[in-house]
Parts: sequence; structure tokens; C-alpha cells
Amino acid sequence: MTRFMMALILSFAAALPVRAEVQIEEVVSPGGITAWLVREPSIPFLALELRFRGGASLDAPGKRGAINLMTGLLEEGAGDLDARAFARAQESLAASFGYDIGDDALSVSAKFLTENRDEAVELLRKSIVAPSFEPAALERVREQVLTGLRSDAKDPDEIARRTFDAMAYGDHPYATPYEGTIESVAALSRDDMLAAHKAVFARDRLYVGATGDITPEELGPLLDALLGALPDNGAPMPTEAPVLIEGGTTVVPFETPQSVAIFGQRGIAQDDPDFFAANVLNQVLGAGGFESRLMTEVREKRGLTYGVYSYLVPQDYAETVQGQVASANDRIAEAVSVIREEWARAAEEGITPEELDAAKTYITGAYPLRFDGNGPIARIMVGMQMLGLPIDYIATRNDKVEAVTLEDVRRVAGELLDPEGLHFVVVGQPEGLESSVAN
Amino acid sequence: MTRLRAVFVAFALSVTVLPAALRADRDAVTTFELDNGMQVVVVEDNRAPVVQHMVWYRAGSADEPVGSSGVAHILEHLLFKATDTLADGELSATVAANGGRDNAFTSYDYTAYFQRVAADRLELMMRMEADRMRNIRFTEQNVATERNVIIEERNQRTENNPRALFGEQMNAAQYLNHRYGMPIIGWMHEIESLDKADALGFYNTFYYPNNAILVVSGDVDPDEVKRLAETYYGVIPANPDLPERVRSEEPPQNAERRVIFRDARVAQEYVSRSYLAPERDPGDQEAAAALTLLAEVLGGGQTSYMTEKLQFDEQKAVFSGAYYRGTSLDDTTFDVVIVPVPGLSLQEAEDAVDDVLAQFLIDGVDAEQLERIKYQLRASEIYQRDDVDRIARRYGAAMAVGLGVEDIQAWPDILQAVTAGDIMDAARSVLNRDASVTGWLTRPATAQEVSQ
Repeated sequence: MTRFMMALILSFAAALPVRAEVQIEEVVSPGGITAWLVREPSIPFLALELRFRGGASLDAPGKRGAINLMTGLLEEGAGDLDARAFARAQESLAASFGYDIGDDALSVSAKFLTENRDEAVELLRKSIVAPSFEPAALERVREQVLTGLRSDAKDPDEIARRTFDAMAYGDHPYATPYEGTIESVAALSRDDMLAAHKAVFARDRLYVGATGDITPEELGPLLDALLGALPDNGAPMPTEAPVLIEGGTTVVPFETPQSVAIFGQRGIAQDDPDFFAANVLNQVLGAGGFESRLMTEVREKRGLTYGVYSYLVPQDYAETVQGQVASANDRIAEAVSVIREEWARAAEEGITPEELDAAKTYITGAYPLRFDGNGPIARIMVGMQMLGLPIDYIATRNDKVEAVTLEDVRRVAGELLDPEGLHFVVVGQPEGLESSVAN
Repeated sequence: MTRLRAVFVAFALSVTVLPAALRADRDAVTTFELDNGMQVVVVEDNRAPVVQHMVWYRAGSADEPVGSSGVAHILEHLLFKATDTLADGELSATVAANGGRDNAFTSYDYTAYFQRVAADRLELMMRMEADRMRNIRFTEQNVATERNVIIEERNQRTENNPRALFGEQMNAAQYLNHRYGMPIIGWMHEIESLDKADALGFYNTFYYPNNAILVVSGDVDPDEVKRLAETYYGVIPANPDLPERVRSEEPPQNAERRVIFRDARVAQEYVSRSYLAPERDPGDQEAAAALTLLAEVLGGGQTSYMTEKLQFDEQKAVFSGAYYRGTSLDDTTFDVVIVPVPGLSLQEAEDAVDDVLAQFLIDGVDAEQLERIKYQLRASEIYQRDDVDRIARRYGAAMAVGLGVEDIQAWPDILQAVTAGDIMDAARSVLNRDASVTGWLTRPATAQEVSQ
């Protein structure tokens, strides 16, 4: 770091970071559905984000992949419309509906114009409340899922991900891919789709964010029309997942020129009082950007990779710290060794005052940059509700980052980063690396 | 399904994003030129205190000297090294320390650098970006390290990915004489030989204000942007010897070409076809507009002609699509792809595509479908007002390939004016097998036997 750079940081740290100026209103519909709303009347459309907690982890035993396949079928025919008629109707309205499944939630991201809002909501309603799961559509989408699964089986990144998850999460759903296996998906029936739909879509697990050209008075009835017919309850929520992975290395042989590694260990929950300190620590260690310790040591100094990252993974039912790197087969061993050294160094020494300041300035300065569109704002609001954060959280969030001290980070680094507990899964033909335990 | 879409992200990216400069967009856009020839575009959106600052150079991989593929890209990496006033990596560190993010990208026709940061930091961004336009000071050691980084980047993007290797061979077969046939990242053996002199040679040819476009979007005032731009960029002298962008052009294609790429890592076999096609030219965008709509009508979505026939009626495809990227300096391509259902051979899949294309030339365009597509294009003008950074990227890319502001602003109306007859004329002219490349991505014969 040159003196010039420090001068710059000081002069700009003196200027207060910009605040995200977002006015959130809580709206409760006449039928009792709660939503967070940001009004943005300047552009005539609405972004609506719906999230149903539980997601693919609600798959019934032996039916892995059912909820993923069901999600893929939502836009493939609903109510009186078959798949093609549904697609034509959506195009005619220039509406955009996205249905996404994850380990912890099913998300619906919709965007529609003010000029045809009622028709768009009615079409979206059909797909959520009355999907038809036609046999022909089921077979077509099943084949698409199977195509994806066959690709995953030959994708080094996916192989690494699956190997890590299988070692980490015991018999919890997190241990297996939510797309299911070729065998489990092949066996799924239309009844399984109906059961999956019933498990996921219920009002007791629903979170809503809306941003755009609508008033609270209009939004309430819209939500009742859209979601009022959903049942009160769905499947019981999953249990906590144990994080079982121990330190070591697992090599999965795969013929390809570049080895791909995923590494990780136990992590920290998002509602933990130390989460902000952990976030600062991870920012310094390996989050994004070119200036993290991992990026500096592995890429900038040694040219061993194009990218190396670490991230906190606070899922609803398990917490891990993970990272990833990819290097040529004859260089991956060195990359792994440098990462292990940096993990140990951070665990032992924490971070420097300069790193603390730079990380805080980045994290606080980057926060308002996230609120850059109706869709992103709707998604952020849903995330806040799922974490149980207060409606005025946005205004106070950066204060929590600022409150993190060097001592906090040092202590959390010692508790969180466990060089002995860090496990690398390496897929490829790595030279100089061997599995430390049988896999 | 997300997985399959992820597989085809490469194709998806090659589609021109639904283009549209709307009336409201025109109101938000201000353009001017500095005395040294640097063009400036400002796209205003004052809803959030954020700015995106980009500089686009009219220099991409297709401008590289023969034998130095990848030099535009390695130079892009090296622009993050020291200048007279900044240390190695200091520009990015400074952006991050101000809460922002920065990066850069290289394409066939341009290289662009950008930062996204709080709006009140714009001046600092300009000061640093202007500094590295003429004052970069990378060392042989920097080049050696960055070459290794790029070798790993190529390993990650291309060598580890049979679809990318196949795409590279398809392009090489499509372009016999034009540099679009070389991969943007470069051939591995040429990357390995790039040195400081190569990178500096490219830099000292192209990195000048009269070869650059400044694009600023977000919470800014055009007058203030002009004042800052004159202060930081306006003082940099132009290069009077900037070479004209004259490239070796493709000869007429009079032989059908075929590519068969075999790799044991292939999980899903497919057939890809590319046809040489005209691009958007200044004052002459009608053919490109018809091709843009042809791609939508033929293979742009769930109700497109190919999807209807191949996925729904005949059930021969798991996936099919058509793609056209009109924003290009020289001749571009029109592409179609089919991923066959299990049990259908690649030959049968290819035949199915040819049958469907032939039938399309007989059936013509469905009027209702065309109206839906045009309505969606008009709606995209509304939606994109929520994303001024995308408007900014569209201006940057179009101006970097030589289109004027008036071309960019006329484009939505040109698209709306395209008729079914125009689309069929475009289809008849471009869908010519004698001027195409057909590629099969498949497994080695032995591996195939083992897996079946």
C-alpha cells in the first residue's frame, strides 16, 4: 500500500457513506396477507417477489427432485391454458414470471405493466394456485431435468459440490442435490407433483415484497386475488442439518486439464451477534474483488488461478464457510497450500487495522448500491422479512458494521476459522494431492 | 429449467438483449464530444445515489496483430497494474475502499473498463481511469504473472468445458479470413508467448481519447459530467496516427462446412448451425432488424416456430433456439441449435432442423406472434428505464462498433417497422446451407458405446 492510497482512503472515509433511501411500508391485505411495499410511481410497472420458505428441502422421503420438477411445471399449463397457451398469454401481456427453487425457498419473481396489471395477476395466479401438471408437460420437463442431471454428472464444479454436500450434511436434504437423481426423477408421478405443490405453497410460509407503480390500497386486493386461495398450512419445516465434514482432502479423479476445488467447514448463523464481525473477516479473507488476501496471494502474487473466493453460507438449517478455486492440475496443490496458510494466518492473527477500515468502508459503501431497481428492492425486502429483521433495518444496518472492532474480528476469526477443520474436495487430476480419508 | 438454461447461457448471451431506446430513454440520454475526439454519453437516473462510469475503447480481439491472439485481453488485465501515481492493484483497492466495484471486459470489437460506486465518487473514478489511459507502467514480471492467470482463465472457461472448445472450433470454421475466427481470450500457444512488448504495442496503438467512449449512467448531472470529463479526459492528447479499422474480410462462402467435435466429457450431445449474416451498419440497420426479429420468431422463446415444432409437436428436441447478434463491426452470424431427445441421433436432429427451417420458408410468419414480439419490445422500453446501466452498456457497445447516437435511437422504430415480408426475405437470404457451418458436439465413439 502506498502512502498515496492511504491518503485517498482517509479523505474519502471522512465523507459519510451514502444511505439507501428506501421508504418501506407494511401493507396487510383485507384477507390478512402481509407485504412490504416501496412505491415507485415513476415507471409504469410493478416488481413482485413472493417467497415460500422450505423450498426443495420439503421433498418427501424417496421423492427427491419432486419440488424442483413441480416448480419447472408451474409455467407449463395452468387453469384452462395448456403450456403453449400460457406462454402466448404471458407474451401478449409482456409480463415476466420467474419461478426459482432453492434449498430454503421457492421464489416467484414477477414483473408486469400497470396497463394490464389485472390480467397479469390473474395469469400468475393460475400458475401458482392452479397448475395443471399435464402428463405431456410432465414428460417434457422431466426430460429437461434429466438432461441437466446428465450434464451435472460430467461437470467438475457440480461433482465437487455434490461430493462436499454429501460429506457435510448427513441424511439431511442438504446432502443431496435438490434436482434429485436420474433414478428418483424418472420415478416421479403426477401425484407426486400434486403432493409437492401442496407441501410448498401455503400462507404460513409466505413472504411478499412489492416495488413499483402501485398504492397500498391497490396492493392489498391484488394480493388477496393472487394468493387468497392458498391453504393456511403446508408440510412441516425441515429439521436442523448437522455439519459433519471434518478437516482433510478428498480427491475425485476426473479427466480434465484444470482441477476444481471446493473447500469449507462449519460456519456462523446470520442471526448470531458475531455475524457482522464474521462478514468483515470474510471480506478481508476472500470475498469478491481483487484485494482479498486469498486473491492477492493466490492470483495476484503467484498467478495460480483466475479466481479464488470464500463466502459465508448461512442457510436456514445449517451454517458453513466455503470457498472455491480452480488451477491447472500441476498447480492446484500449491493453490490449496496457500489457501490453508491464509486460513491459519487469519485464525491466528485476525486482521490489521487497515484491513478492518477498508472492509468496513467497502461493506457500508456497497450496501446502498444494491438498491438499484424495483426487482432488487423487492427481493431485498423479502430477504429481510425471512430473517425477521425490523422494517427500519436498512437505516441501521451500516451502524452494525461500523460497530465491529478489531478485537471482535480477532476473536471471531479464532472461533470461526479452523485450519484443522477445513476440508478440500478436489475434482480433476491434481498432482501432489491425495485423499486424506477414504471417499 | 434452470440447469438447462445454465448449460445454454453461452447461446443466451449471444442474443441481442431486446433492444430499445424509447422516447423516455432518449430524454434521459445526453451525448457530446470532447475537443480531443473522445465521445461522451450520459444516461440520467436520479432515483438512487449510484453512478456507473465506463470507458470503452474501439479495440478488441479482432484488432489484434496476426500471431498475437489474446493481447487485447492480457492488456485489459494489465491495466490494473501501476501507473505513475497508482501502485499495482491500487485502482481496484481504491474503488473497493470507496464501497464500489470495478472490472473490465474484452470482446471482438471493444474493450471496456467500469466502476460502480456512490455518485459523489465520480471524480475520483475519472481521475484514475484517465490516468491509466496513457500512463500504465506494467513490468515484465507483471506480464509473466498475468499470463499465468490468463492461462488459468482459459483453463476455466474453455479447456475444462467441451461446449466452449466446440464453440471455438465452430467460429474458426465460420471465419476463414476474418479475426472473428480467433477466440477473444486467444489460442493457448499464443497466450503463452505474449510479452510486454506485445501488450505495450497494442496499448500505444489504441488507448487514446479519440478512440474511446465515456459512458456515465446514474445519479449525475450532464453538465457536471462534461466539466469533469473536460478536466480529466479533455487534457489527454489525441493520437493523430490512429489506424483505420480496416480488417481482412470474409470471402464469399461457397462451400458448406462441417465440424465434429468429440470429447469424453460431453454429457449432452447437440447440433449447432451458423450462417454468416450482415450486421447493423450506420444508417443501414433494416436487414439487421429483420434478422433480429427472425431469431425471435424462429427460436426466441416458448411460442417460437422451432420450439412449437421441435419440442411440442414432433417432440424431437429437449431444447432448441435461434440467435442473432447484430451489434458487430463486421459480418456476424445467425445461429440455430437443437438438443435432441434421448434416442434421436445427431443426424436425425440435424435433419429435423433442416425440415423445420424448410417448412418455415413455406409457412411464413404468424401475424399474432409477430405482434406479441413487437409488444414485448415496446414493453422492454418501459422495463429498461429501471436499469440505466443496461442502457449505458447498449450505447457503449453500439458506439464502439461504429454506430452513431442517431442509429441507436432509431433502432426501436426500425424494429417496429419490420414486416412479415421483411422477415421472410431475411430468412431466405440467410438460411442457406451452402454458406453455413454445421457442428456436432459428441462423444468419442468408444465412450459412447460404453455409456449406452
